[in-house]
Amino acid sequence: MNIHLLLELMAERDGTRAALGPRDGDATYDVLVAGSLRIATAIRRSGARSVAFVGLNGPPVPQLLFGSAAAGVPFVPLNYRLPGEVLAGLLGRLDRPLVIADEGCAPALAPHVDVVHREAVWIAGAIGDNEPTEVAAAPDGPAVVLFTSGTTARPKAVELGHDNLTSYVLGTVDLASASPDDATLVAVPPYHVAGVGATLSNVYSGRRLVYLPDFDPQAWIDAVQRERVSHAMVVPTMLARIVEATGGVPPRVPTLRTLAYGGAPTAMPVLDQALALFPDVGFTNAYGLTETSATIAVLGPDDHRASRAGGRPDKLGSVGRPVPGVDVQIRDDDGAETPAGEIGQLWVRGAQVSARYTDGGSALDADGWFATRDRAFVDDDGYLFLGGRVDDVIIRGGENIHPSEIEEVLVRHPLVRDVSVVGIPDEEWGQRIAAVVVRADAGASAEQSELDADAVRAFVRDRLRGSRTPDLVVFRADLPYGPTGKLARRDVAALVTEPDPPTPRGSAQKQSGTVTEVAR
Amino acid sequence: MKITPGSRLRSTVSSTEVVVVRAPAVDLDLTCGGEPFLAFGPSDTSPAKPGDTEAATANELGKRYADPSGAIELLVTKAGSGVMAADGVELVRKEAKPLPATD
Repeated sequence: MNIHLLLELMAERDGTRAALGPRDGDATYDVLVAGSLRIATAIRRSGARSVAFVGLNGPPVPQLLFGSAAAGVPFVPLNYRLPGEVLAGLLGRLDRPLVIADEGCAPALAPHVDVVHREAVWIAGAIGDNEPTEVAAAPDGPAVVLFTSGTTARPKAVELGHDNLTSYVLGTVDLASASPDDATLVAVPPYHVAGVGATLSNVYSGRRLVYLPDFDPQAWIDAVQRERVSHAMVVPTMLARIVEATGGVPPRVPTLRTLAYGGAPTAMPVLDQALALFPDVGFTNAYGLTETSATIAVLGPDDHRASRAGGRPDKLGSVGRPVPGVDVQIRDDDGAETPAGEIGQLWVRGAQVSARYTDGGSALDADGWFATRDRAFVDDDGYLFLGGRVDDVIIRGGENIHPSEIEEVLVRHPLVRDVSVVGIPDEEWGQRIAAVVVRADAGASAEQSELDADAVRAFVRDRLRGSRTPDLVVFRADLPYGPTGKLARRDVAALVTEPDPPTPRGSAQKQSGTVTEVAR
Repeated sequence: MKITPGSRLRSTVSSTEVVVVRAPAVDLDLTCGGEPFLAFGPSDTSPAKPGDTEAATANELGKRYADPSGAIELLVTKAGSGVMAADGVELVRKEAKPLPATD
């Protein structure tokens, strides 16, 4: 069924409820439906076979998403942070795209693309000049196309079908289940699968969408207060910055009931602090991939509370249990299912799993299973624990070492704010282990900080097998995260080998950035 | 009758209305309270039946009903009475615990 029906059904339940924007705004569900049906007419008249959007998140995103769906063409939100020529390359991979950009993004695109429509003008014209159209039957083609971030390779165009997305929403959300006072704060960009999930899930549940287009931690807290936000979703880097911005003082956010986080692994110290700062908020971890139409496993508020209270096995390091309709399997490298509790590759199956790529076909096996390329195991209670990407494995002297093993130990060191472990090429060992560490006492120079390379190595050596001890320890001010909180491991490896920051005049000592190397 | 995902159907014996979420590509005898469902569109203005959700067999608004194989699945868009069935096989409510919001 067409995803547009999700919007229609909510409008039939309560069409006068505010759907978008401020509390006292007039963008109701009825208005959203009426607009999307006129936008669909404009898309059809243009002859376009896809709608590409380059811009910040905001009310135009659901308008164009549902308008495209009603017209039966895919909606393709693109990463507005990419340079114009890269965006032009992605647009060249789409079928006759209608290109719409916001005021901020259009200038960068204009030199590289023939026709770029300005968001505000185009939408106003589409709604003002057209009659509503009949909604297209759900086409076999995608409802949404998302390009992967391409941290390891050329971006892939993931196709999410109407069936994938409606299965996800119907399986995880009840129609009109939100109270009319509920509001969700969307801080993720539109080109992230969580941005697509946010639009569809919240529309179907009848929860007003409020946008924070350009994330800033204080602006996020202000928006929660001003818009009386009840629900929010953030990626881990946002959570870390919110925690930092509070200065350790719990902010007054009485309306906030749930805070979901996900999209990348979360550092345990950040989560611990967040739980302490928002004691009345229900925390939820969501795990999913672009290819799976967002969330496939959930760790809910009860698990978070239980962890804080202690008293039962801690699930905080887990991504929770699979959502209804999603089957999981752990397989070894030969594709055979592993015995319960053993670590292996995570495979998933279900109606929401697309795993279909433009130009690449389907990545499903004959029985409909998709390899996530994440390492994982399932505990006795059915909780899923992740152990890093298969692609990130370090092979040192023939031994497979997963960076997450070492990272999980080091983030628990009180003087470590963040850490990434990567393999770097080595003639003798094939690869060696490098740990890039961000000190918690940021700004402290090497001689002021109590944390040096020997302390880092000793901390790991005391807790893991000797082969896990980092060969190299590098201190840096930050790790290279992308805008959606994904760590670019490629760039971490480059950090290891780049020269140290210049030594300030007058100081004979090396500053933070010292590369320390030991023979073992 | 031939039904396709996205089709809207209306009961002739009660106020029940559904949308087809999933359906096999074969002819299907889809009934509510023993009588065939009728297709209707958004432009259809024929008056809906009055609500009758008191009945013990009420089909619940916003809930999905499926056959044991999962090949056919209906979403109730207006509550009403009458057992729903496909080719005589009763469609039963899919039990789903509400999940915490993740988006």
